[in-house]
Amino acid sequence: MVGMAAALAPEAGAEYADVVFNRRAEREGVRPVVFPHWFHRIRFRCKVCHHELGFVMRAGANDVTMADIVEGKFCGMCHNGEIAWSTENCDLCHTGKPGLPSGIHGGHTTVGPGRW
Amino acid sequence: MRAGRSRHRRAAAAVWLVAAMASTGGAGAREWRPLDDDGVHDPAAPGLQYLQKPSEALSVLPPDTAGNRVNWVEALRQGIIKPRTNVFPETKVNLLDLDVIFPETSEMPMVRFPHLVHTEWLDCANCHDHLFKKKIGANPVNMFKILEGEYCGRCHGAVAFPLTECKRCHSVPRNDLIR
Repeated sequence: MVGMAAALAPEAGAEYADVVFNRRAEREGVRPVVFPHWFHRIRFRCKVCHHELGFVMRAGANDVTMADIVEGKFCGMCHNGEIAWSTENCDLCHTGKPGLPSGIHGGHTTVGPGRW
Repeated sequence: MRAGRSRHRRAAAAVWLVAAMASTGGAGAREWRPLDDDGVHDPAAPGLQYLQKPSEALSVLPPDTAGNRVNWVEALRQGIIKPRTNVFPETKVNLLDLDVIFPETSEMPMVRFPHLVHTEWLDCANCHDHLFKKKIGANPVNMFKILEGEYCGRCHGAVAFPLTECKRCHSVPRNDLIR
């Protein structure tokens, strides 16, 4: 039984609620993006990104392009060199392991059959 | 067809329960994996060295046993973190202090949903009306749907405390004598 549980466990280590964005990144020649919820929620309430900025609360539901971000949408609302680092700092967001699928990766205790 | 899907869901939920019970037992020490060894970051990524480490940021926050191992609600209430409520000055910041009881929880204690703690983080529009109708009894919530990431499962199990923490929601004892 424990073995079954272990087989269901997410990959070890990713922090709870880390989100990988890789719909386009690798295809465009950069590393996937790892978005840490924990880092952002220390500084912003959920409502800032999920209400004011329009991020849908479903991994995979947000078709974010760099063009959008540079124009100040999505991440670009803050990542503009004023509130947070600007989009010239590619390396700071594009830190993911090559080959990672998009989606929520981090999980500490939850291993459900659901889609998040 | 429907019965088959339902059976599948029930089997999946049973497997989840086993996994949840096994993993709850292991939630002890508060340790956070270094970014260069967490399975998602590329140790060779040049920007990695500049990023804040989870252990550095999270170890100073009120402890919890699940999720990020941080009690985010306490961190906010104690003023240890001061996350911004809005970036646009014109945004109305809504708060609502209203508890809702979900009584149809079978043999489990009833669920108390506190709007206040949720609206401290979220806006009304994050849940209403696309996830929950603003009417008592109008939302056919059940654990199978939550486990599939619907209703409460949009956040609980993904970013808010995970679904292993049954009693945090199922917190109101059912008094058989009253019923």
